[in-house]
Amino acid sequence: MSNPSLSEIKGAVHKDLRHDSAHKHVAGTAVYIDDVAEPKNMLHMYVAMSEKAHAEITEMDLSAVRAAQGVAVVLTADDIPGHNDVSPFAGDDPLFSTGLVEYIGQPIFAVAANSLEEAIAAAKLAKVSYDEKPHYLNIDEAEAVDLKIEDSQLMAQGEAEKALSASKNRLQGSFYIGGQDHFYLEGQIALATPQEDGDVHVLSSTQHPSEVQHLVAHVLGRPTNAVTIEVRRMGGGFGGKETHPAMFAAMSSLAAVKTQRPVKLRLDRDDDMVMTGKRHDFKYSYDVGYDDDGQITGIEIEMASRCGRSTDLSPAINDRAMFHADNCYFLSDVAIKSHRYKTHTVSNTAFRGFGGPQGMIGIERVIEDVAREIGKDPLDVRMLNLYGEGERDTTPYGMKVEDNVAAEIMETLAETSEYRKRRDEIRAFNANSKYLKKGISITPVKFGISFTTTHLNQAGALVHIYADGSVHLNHGGTEMGQGLFTKVAQVVAEEFQIDVTRVKITATTTAKVPNTSATAASSGSDLNGMAALDAARKIKARLIDFAAEKYSCPKDRITFRNNKVYIENKEMAFNELTQEAYLGRVSMSSTGFYKTPKIKYDRASHKGRPFYYFCYGAAVSEVMIDTLTGENKVLRTDILHEAGRSLNPVIDIGQIEGGFIQGMGWLTTEELVFDDAGRLRTHAPSTYKVPACSDRPDELNIELWNKGRNVEATIHRSKAVGEPPFMLANAVFMALVDAVASVGDYKVPVKMDAPATPEEVLMAVADVKKRA
Amino acid sequence: MASIKLNGQRVSVDAAPDTPLLWVIRDHLNLTGTKFGCGVASCGACTILVDGEPMRSCQFRLEDAEGVEISTIEGQEDSAFKNVQAAWRELDVVQCGYCQSGQVMAAAALIRSNPKPTDEDIDEALNGNLCRCGTYQRIRAAVHLAAEKMEA
Repeated sequence: MSNPSLSEIKGAVHKDLRHDSAHKHVAGTAVYIDDVAEPKNMLHMYVAMSEKAHAEITEMDLSAVRAAQGVAVVLTADDIPGHNDVSPFAGDDPLFSTGLVEYIGQPIFAVAANSLEEAIAAAKLAKVSYDEKPHYLNIDEAEAVDLKIEDSQLMAQGEAEKALSASKNRLQGSFYIGGQDHFYLEGQIALATPQEDGDVHVLSSTQHPSEVQHLVAHVLGRPTNAVTIEVRRMGGGFGGKETHPAMFAAMSSLAAVKTQRPVKLRLDRDDDMVMTGKRHDFKYSYDVGYDDDGQITGIEIEMASRCGRSTDLSPAINDRAMFHADNCYFLSDVAIKSHRYKTHTVSNTAFRGFGGPQGMIGIERVIEDVAREIGKDPLDVRMLNLYGEGERDTTPYGMKVEDNVAAEIMETLAETSEYRKRRDEIRAFNANSKYLKKGISITPVKFGISFTTTHLNQAGALVHIYADGSVHLNHGGTEMGQGLFTKVAQVVAEEFQIDVTRVKITATTTAKVPNTSATAASSGSDLNGMAALDAARKIKARLIDFAAEKYSCPKDRITFRNNKVYIENKEMAFNELTQEAYLGRVSMSSTGFYKTPKIKYDRASHKGRPFYYFCYGAAVSEVMIDTLTGENKVLRTDILHEAGRSLNPVIDIGQIEGGFIQGMGWLTTEELVFDDAGRLRTHAPSTYKVPACSDRPDELNIELWNKGRNVEATIHRSKAVGEPPFMLANAVFMALVDAVASVGDYKVPVKMDAPATPEEVLMAVADVKKRA
Repeated sequence: MASIKLNGQRVSVDAAPDTPLLWVIRDHLNLTGTKFGCGVASCGACTILVDGEPMRSCQFRLEDAEGVEISTIEGQEDSAFKNVQAAWRELDVVQCGYCQSGQVMAAAALIRSNPKPTDEDIDEALNGNLCRCGTYQRIRAAVHLAAEKMEA
């Protein structure tokens, strides 16, 4: 029997395969929800928002709104037959205000009309009076009155206080880390179509169809099976389409059921930015003890975040900030305190990294500060503090780091990027350059993979093979550009040993796979890849049973290879076997299921194993600042990142590039500004600056670590890749700190907050000069 | 009733004169390749060509479209556009894709006017086309590749 290579099929795992929709995206034929042909009689919806940050609505007269031309229905809290709540779990996110408003942008009513113009015009006729209450908009104001969404949390290991007192050297510092708007290019949108018996079908741009389904049913007062949610693709998600889409799906569904007409709700960009939550901004402070080499001997970390008006996912997000307060460094005696403040601003939510970036950048800042104090290269201080292998390997939450490759990645990258040589050259450049200063930094990333809420780590899939051998693939994961659908299709193609072109990728729908988790926490291909593999293996086992019996052949003599099936010495095409199996009355449809093993976490004590494994990477960034204007530019970035045995290197490298750029935006140009009344003043791309193509580094070198292999039995030993690269951008911020430090001859502590906008850099330079 | 020349054909549109062309194209003419991103001409998702020049259709009014040639992604057939598409596919530029019809429209326009663009030329031409997935590295590489394909 011949033994053709397993990789002969098109779309095998571990091979580059371009995104399944790439050809459609460059022709404008990939269909987003707003592109779906609009059904007959469709209504357009507009959401009216609170104009006060904290107030009681004393009067809301909507009679003129109801009477306005083209209006089909006006919805308020009174029109909700079920529960007035669209929160993920806490029960504190009313769909419409019941009188109390707690942020500017909170929905108070919605109008569905024949046209969007009519809906907007009608909404303006509302007469709303407010009785204003005192508002607390930011961390400082909420801290002053102790307004929180939940109790402060403590994660600790060893005896931080004692260790600090015994430490040879001690240093304190603090800084502020700004938030970030998702700015997905496709804004929030839902298209609800009424079905018979009061049911509803919703096209929703969401990362979490099951939760949207559950909450729409909850609002309608119907069982979950009355609602179907479907999403083929999103025009970006980044975490912003995890909890918030439920609001828009529920409003449009409510209107659709009431009017028995289809209803589209597509947010205007400004409304989207005002009405939906963002990345949490953080205040970070530390008290660190260290020896003369820079080894950390004890540390207390305090983090405070702006959660906004409701709980949303803030507990888990702030937990993840605590989980990443160590990054790659062993902290023998550590106490991490985390305060979660309620504010009268929009409820902050998931965003790529989910709190991890805010926790991680803090410890990187600590290392920079310690290195400056003892006059060492921060790289040396980093290397000294890295987790060990078999020793010094317990995280603050009690989990052992068993897959540590940080040191090897850092050493390799420092060498390939010529970090040390360039650092010397930069110091020489700065000594001779009066106004332009350069900086360089190398920072590692260790990011924990799994939802820290253990039960979410499950996934389902559904695979059919039709008699002609074509395959229909469905799973609970959603596609937002990350290439999940492509990767899972590769897994199925590999298992059946057929070209990936024979595997039909289909829209995510709650009607095919129930009770799914959000496509979030970088878990998409880990979870759904395994679930699809399980489904494929079940069908394959039935095909083997059938062939073994029909051809009187031992099962272990039947193999699938390169679009063919070998039954001992007999060879047949895959589709011949499926045709025979159909005639032989074999079921060629199966569900698949997966739950992540090994993980267990006790939130009360903040101890356990919340993560199945860790992802690693490192980046070196070189920047230049103009000390007269604060303008700054990333000159070069080198990245070495590991994705285990990558399922699809070209897609994974794309995630690394994009994650890094988005992280760079968070730390440099993207600044959210609320005024004293609580109004977001940066609510359009004209005032909120996401990176443009001229902002990317002049030189950007990205390598996947070729030794990568997951020590855990993940899907084909790959690793998750969605979020970890975001934090590679820490190198950019630390390089900016280095450039600013040059102004004080690297002796004065740099006070610079994130984002390092030109204004911030300029102020930091002025501050260093003043104290130099 | 306005009459405009779109993708080489004259079409009649029953819409108010100040209607942004974006909505004329998407809602009245059912061409959905042009996307709504921000509505204030700051993101580039709605890029069309007006007499061959990239324009933001969300801020271009129907009444200003008389006497000019409008073209959308659906009407692109020349070799510059085909080479841009091919380069984009080859380098797997696209992630979520929402901005990309605007990106390829702007990129093809650049190559038509400047067959051998430098990195700086690319930055200048495409700076108004935001990509939140951050595919800029590959966009730059793909523009260069498309330019090479034009020469071949």
